[in-house]
Amino acid sequence: MNILDKMMRLDRRWIFLFLIVVCVVANAVEFEVPILVNREVQSIYDFIDSLPPDDIVLVAIDYDPNNLAELHPMTFTIVEQCWRKKLKIIFTSLSQNGPGMTDQAIRDITDSMALDRTYNGVEYKGREIVNGIDYTFLGYKPYFALIILGMGQNFRLQFPTDYYGTPLDSLPMMRGVNNYDDIACVMDISGGNITDYWISYGQGRFDFPLALGLTGVMTAQYYPYLGSGQVFGIMGGLLGAAEYEELTENPGLAKDGMRIQLPAHIVIILFIVLGNIGFFIDRRKRKQEGGVQ
Amino acid sequence: MDFGTFLWTSLAAFLTLGTFSFLYKDNPFYKIAEHLVTGVATGYFLIILWHNGLVPNLFQRLEDGNWYLLWLDSSRPLYLIPAILGVMMWTRFSKTWSWVSRWPMALYIGISAGVAVPVEMSARVNKQLYATMVAIDWNNFFGHGGFNLLDTTSGLSQVLIFVGAMSALIYFFFSKAHTGVFGGVATFGIWVLMIGFGASFGFTVMARISLFINRLQFIDDNWVQNAFNTVREPNPNWSGWFQAVFWVIMVLFIGYAVKEFVDYRKRVRSQTA
Amino acid sequence: MKRQIPLMLVLVFGMFLIFQYFIPHETSEKAYEFLLDWITIIGIFAMALAIWSLFRVTVAKVRTRKENWGYSIFTLVGLFSMMIFGWTAPNGEGWGWYFIFVLSVLMAIGMLVQTMSVKSGRGLWAGLMFVFLIIAVLIGIFDNAWSFHFMSAEPLENPMFRSFFDFVLMPILATTFSLLAFFIASAAYRAFRARNLLATLLLVSALIVMLRFNPYLTPIFGDYMARTSNWLMNVPNLAAQRAIVMGVGLGIVATALKVILGIERGYMGKG
Repeated sequence: MNILDKMMRLDRRWIFLFLIVVCVVANAVEFEVPILVNREVQSIYDFIDSLPPDDIVLVAIDYDPNNLAELHPMTFTIVEQCWRKKLKIIFTSLSQNGPGMTDQAIRDITDSMALDRTYNGVEYKGREIVNGIDYTFLGYKPYFALIILGMGQNFRLQFPTDYYGTPLDSLPMMRGVNNYDDIACVMDISGGNITDYWISYGQGRFDFPLALGLTGVMTAQYYPYLGSGQVFGIMGGLLGAAEYEELTENPGLAKDGMRIQLPAHIVIILFIVLGNIGFFIDRRKRKQEGGVQ
Repeated sequence: MDFGTFLWTSLAAFLTLGTFSFLYKDNPFYKIAEHLVTGVATGYFLIILWHNGLVPNLFQRLEDGNWYLLWLDSSRPLYLIPAILGVMMWTRFSKTWSWVSRWPMALYIGISAGVAVPVEMSARVNKQLYATMVAIDWNNFFGHGGFNLLDTTSGLSQVLIFVGAMSALIYFFFSKAHTGVFGGVATFGIWVLMIGFGASFGFTVMARISLFINRLQFIDDNWVQNAFNTVREPNPNWSGWFQAVFWVIMVLFIGYAVKEFVDYRKRVRSQTA
Repeated sequence: MKRQIPLMLVLVFGMFLIFQYFIPHETSEKAYEFLLDWITIIGIFAMALAIWSLFRVTVAKVRTRKENWGYSIFTLVGLFSMMIFGWTAPNGEGWGWYFIFVLSVLMAIGMLVQTMSVKSGRGLWAGLMFVFLIIAVLIGIFDNAWSFHFMSAEPLENPMFRSFFDFVLMPILATTFSLLAFFIASAAYRAFRARNLLATLLLVSALIVMLRFNPYLTPIFGDYMARTSNWLMNVPNLAAQRAIVMGVGLGIVATALKVILGIERGYMGKG
């Protein structure tokens, strides 16, 4: 058995180990990857940045812990940006484990909001974020398509109370807020096909501005909606999250992750190249031996 | 971070490492994590359905403040109808009565199908067609402000999108044999599709690796750094116990690895003998 | 009765909702709101089915002592702990006898399952179950540090409920999914071959997208890599995905119409 055969028959666990070692080493080394901001991410930032205080943004947290790696950083930066700009937020989570993700995100961001911070040269005083004044968390209901339609009639239809059991009318920020007409935009951060329903059932029927935060796997599928203007921005995967962190000057896990992403990508490309070299040498050899290709 | 939180974090780290150990092979650590998560996830969902679903949407509407008289004096007795329909769903498990569950099922299917027709037609088909058939920007055919093939809004790009989308659609049209001009267009369609799938794949690689990076960040930032107190702002609550917990967990995994290695050596020896 | 009524229901409600979209009248709007409201409630019951079926399978596994049944105990512990945490909450800072209560409830359930599983000596297990049950009931009655909340949502803020989500559910689910990173690496090594023109197109486009944020290529390509990748996403990818979106859209509409008109009846199952 020559080296080539050996390499082609390498136990996959060696490949796993190699990837782990590269990522762990990259994590230990301090360097920064420059982030170029794409137009589709910039437009989300610009839109939220241009909203006047007290406008309401609906942030739909439609992902499970499976996808928290890519989507949690998006939630963190966007929500923090909104609250620093004194916007109000309605959270919904129509995915099964979504409420827990939202609950955790709210607690963490609230902690961060208590500190004084400077973003893009603007100083923001720390403040306490209050449930019912700065945000409302509607919680979970099954059958997301019909919930999205129902919220277009009235939030109170399917959400008589919020996640914590308080009737919506007792929450100061929800007074006079009935349906999508009363909110500035919907930001759907999603790791599944709920996004399709926000586009067809939500934006399609009620015509509100919609932006998407998506996992890398889904990103490419939603570009047609960007081209047709049905969504005004797309944040794709960890890179999208890192771009948003760059824009809000609030570096977090995503930007830090891109540092490790770089060598990991090089490894994957190396694997593809090596695999192909092996494949071509093998094919040539077989051709020379007169075998079938 | 206080010691209690660190213990929780250590549990999370233990479960994370236990799940990763699956990469070597299936083992008790992974099995524990896998079985535990099924139970916890189901229990969690049950509670969310209860407190976010049944209580506000059904019980509180029916009870009218007088919980003990239950629903007998409710001012909104109509809500009993969906409740009964919901209970009918549960006949699924019975062989003789499972047909009863078709009624609520049919209601759901009918409603879902009914709302889908107009909105899906409009959002997925009509609006996409409008966006494809735009007036070609002849003035900026080769890019805005000079020759630029990579301009995504130039006239050329508009033409390419139109031709690409149409030929990909033709590729999906199987009622006619893919021969002649039709076949040529379909071939171009599959090229476009492949480029699209390639771009998707590039993103997928990033997505998958992000998932691992996140766990790595968790183990490093939240667990190891806290165990050894190398976090940016030193932890005033830190004590030697933090490290002790860290090492207990590490010894568990290292011990298992050593046992596996010894077993492996034994196997190899018995095979060669 | 078994087939006609469901078919009628689908037809009537399907047609009503299609027309309602085009002719929104005050009365039809009311009916539409009612339906959306009701269907949520039906949905909750439907979702509970899945939970019940998991419970049945797990208990059956323990009872019949199937292979690896021991691990199913972890499933039951996870399930019932979450249920207890989700229906109880501490009243103040202290916990009182709360954890003893949780343990005894779990033990009582364990003994119940054991009683159902063993063939002889059931009396002993049943007796133990009652002992644990009595301990739990006594703590439940006399301990004031915490209380039951079935009709209000306090337990959602129960620190134990939150911690189980944050430190058990989240890490395991996230890690299980992250194993995919390794399988894609292994697949990259073994499967992505430039066998023919189509595979080559796929590979080249994937490589460009993967290299788009690589700063070490900037001296060679300038920002061309990033711009080419942007073009790939916004022109060829957009065209390809648009064809798919339209295809899927037409498919959904066709299927929905088939369901409404009773041509497609798969949802009814057999019988």
